[in-house]
Amino acid sequence: MSVKRFEEYIKEHSNDPEHELQVLNLGPTHPSTHGIFQNILLMDGETILDSEPTVGYIHRAFEKIAEHRPYNQITPLTDRMNYCSAPINNIGYLMTVEKLVGLEIPKRAQYIRVIMMELARITDHLICNSVLGVDTGALTGFLYVFQVREKVYDIYEQICGARLTTNMGRIGGMERDLTPKAIEMIHAVLKDMEKTFKEFEVLMNRNRIFMDRTVNVGGISADRALNYGFSGPNLRAAGVDYDVRVMNPYCSYEDFDFKVPVGSSGDCYDRYCVRQAEIWESISIIKQALKNLPDGDFHADAPDFYLPPKQEVYNVMEGLIYHFKIVMGELPVPVGEVYHSVEGGNGELGFYLISDGGRSPFRLHFRRPCFIYYQAFAELIKGSMLSDAIATMSSLNVIAGELDA
Amino acid sequence: MGLEALLIEKTIIVVIVFIVTLTIAAYSTYGERKVAAFIQDRIGPNKAGPYGLMQPLADGIKMLMKEDFVPQQANKFLFHIAPGLSMLTALMVSAVIPWGKTIIIGGRSIPIQVTDINIGILYVLSVVSLGVYGVMIGGWASNNKYSLMGALRASSQMISYELPMGLSLIALLMVTGTMSFSEIAAQQSGWNGMQWNIIYQPIGFVLFLICAFAEANRTPFDLPECEAELVGGYHTEYSSMKLGFFLFAEYAHMFVSSAIISTLYFGGYNFPGINTLYEMLPHNIVTLIGVGVLMIKTLFFIFLFMWVRWTIPRFRYDQLMNLGWKRLVPIAIANIIITAGVVLLFDK
Repeated sequence: MSVKRFEEYIKEHSNDPEHELQVLNLGPTHPSTHGIFQNILLMDGETILDSEPTVGYIHRAFEKIAEHRPYNQITPLTDRMNYCSAPINNIGYLMTVEKLVGLEIPKRAQYIRVIMMELARITDHLICNSVLGVDTGALTGFLYVFQVREKVYDIYEQICGARLTTNMGRIGGMERDLTPKAIEMIHAVLKDMEKTFKEFEVLMNRNRIFMDRTVNVGGISADRALNYGFSGPNLRAAGVDYDVRVMNPYCSYEDFDFKVPVGSSGDCYDRYCVRQAEIWESISIIKQALKNLPDGDFHADAPDFYLPPKQEVYNVMEGLIYHFKIVMGELPVPVGEVYHSVEGGNGELGFYLISDGGRSPFRLHFRRPCFIYYQAFAELIKGSMLSDAIATMSSLNVIAGELDA
Repeated sequence: MGLEALLIEKTIIVVIVFIVTLTIAAYSTYGERKVAAFIQDRIGPNKAGPYGLMQPLADGIKMLMKEDFVPQQANKFLFHIAPGLSMLTALMVSAVIPWGKTIIIGGRSIPIQVTDINIGILYVLSVVSLGVYGVMIGGWASNNKYSLMGALRASSQMISYELPMGLSLIALLMVTGTMSFSEIAAQQSGWNGMQWNIIYQPIGFVLFLICAFAEANRTPFDLPECEAELVGGYHTEYSSMKLGFFLFAEYAHMFVSSAIISTLYFGGYNFPGINTLYEMLPHNIVTLIGVGVLMIKTLFFIFLFMWVRWTIPRFRYDQLMNLGWKRLVPIAIANIIITAGVVLLFDK
């Protein structure tokens, strides 16, 4: 596949001895695209003159599928968007439904959700930052932090039974309570994280070659970033202190004391630093949440939406009825239109939900930050070298699953 | 009698050096994986044989069993000879390295060196610069854009870094006054085996080390094959044993570079107390100890190569050129001038 305007450009400049023009096909399967998306680059030697990004290689029509599924069966779809931080997607979607229904969630459930979302944020950021290392040639840091990720996945497993695609939480709260074992594991992993991330930062932060590769590479001004609709770490790296957790607190985020790290130049190194700082903030949030974990129920008292315990299903008539209705997808969701956004692993993850009162949404739109970042990719890499394009792509943290949904 | 004996002993030495180089190169692949595993908190290969020691053999068999794929659009002839060329140049350098002093058999004093040519350093430089052909031809013949870019990067990198390498050697030659490896090694036996050239040429050594990394295409100079950008660089299209040859050549190159660094700057087969030991013990035994010492030094540098590879990222193409031309070349020239001044002052 080639782009017509590139061919024409090359034809026009074919007699120019100063330039060696060629079209380079970066992707769809290329070691550093981390997923499947294509970039057709017009190259002059090693310099990128122009590029044409293509999306849709793993488009799975989640939004359309969601229109045919009961509300509580849509959560697994959200797992498969940004699979590096699946719990944030799950809980973000659940909160959207709860907002539409008007469910009040107990504090304990909210705190458990915060812990899970922050763990997910840490894994998301650590993957992004360590893969930036891999793409600039340093594999070791990647393997250090992946040990931590494994342990976080063990915690997921302890809480919901799954590791990568978690399907965590239910409409109205969490599926089950935090067990003492899980709390112990979280404490252990936090201790581990502190050690590992210190090691990782010693290896990377002031590494001369790493800085050379990332400082002033793939930078974007705050203005341009806002125009594109950037959010999350990529926007904060450009100097805008926009964080959904602070601007529009959800899930009790107002209870926690944390900083919003902000960069200045919006280049790869700033993005790296912002993510790294956010990891430390997330660790502090989890600590606060564990310390102040309120007593109470881990789910709302909403029998219409939340599955009754098995004991009731087998012994009480109402329990059986509710169980049947929920499993069959008959949730009494009111007619309405709602937008809810959470601070996802790599930006504002929004859910726009229209309900016509039926058993499945009339329309569900995901605001996927990766999709927006990828629009800017062509502009960011224009005039840079091939190696810069690779570093830019990994530091934007474009995840193909979320890009295409 | 003389010529026949010479032929026989040289043949034996050639075969031994060849086997040792190949073995060490093969086990470097194993070593690399073990070192990487150690640095990255992993276990590394441990299934093939005790401690995974048969891993190189298993890798070799795997390579041979793979489909030998040749792209349709490739230039078949060049595509086939490129890996061999890489391998050849990597192995040829080992011919001039003095692995030990002399062994005395039946009254004949036999130097443990394939050939002692009096322009050994020139020979090394020229053979090393031939090494770029294997990479370049391989990348060009594949008829693949990624391979071609890898080949271009490799050739410009190797040519750029030969310059500071040569310049750092000029400073060394001023100190040694000879181009023969065996003489350079012998000179360093002063002070009871402690008079190593690193004492006279610390800057030269650092320059040479950096250039050796670049010449061997090792991180941070592994741009020609950096997997994140160029998939596999010049060997993207290669498979089977041809790929094995390219990878193997890199390790052979690493081994030979380490041996050269040890010989030029770290006393070669000399070790502290070598002269005393020659008086105390039979000649041949001490020589063999010297060979062992050179091997230890060489293995240390191979480890250094690996250590660096698994610690730091790689340069960008323009940064690499900047470092080569704007930093290393001026430093090398300054080093020559300083060395010349010092030699003039003290060497009346």
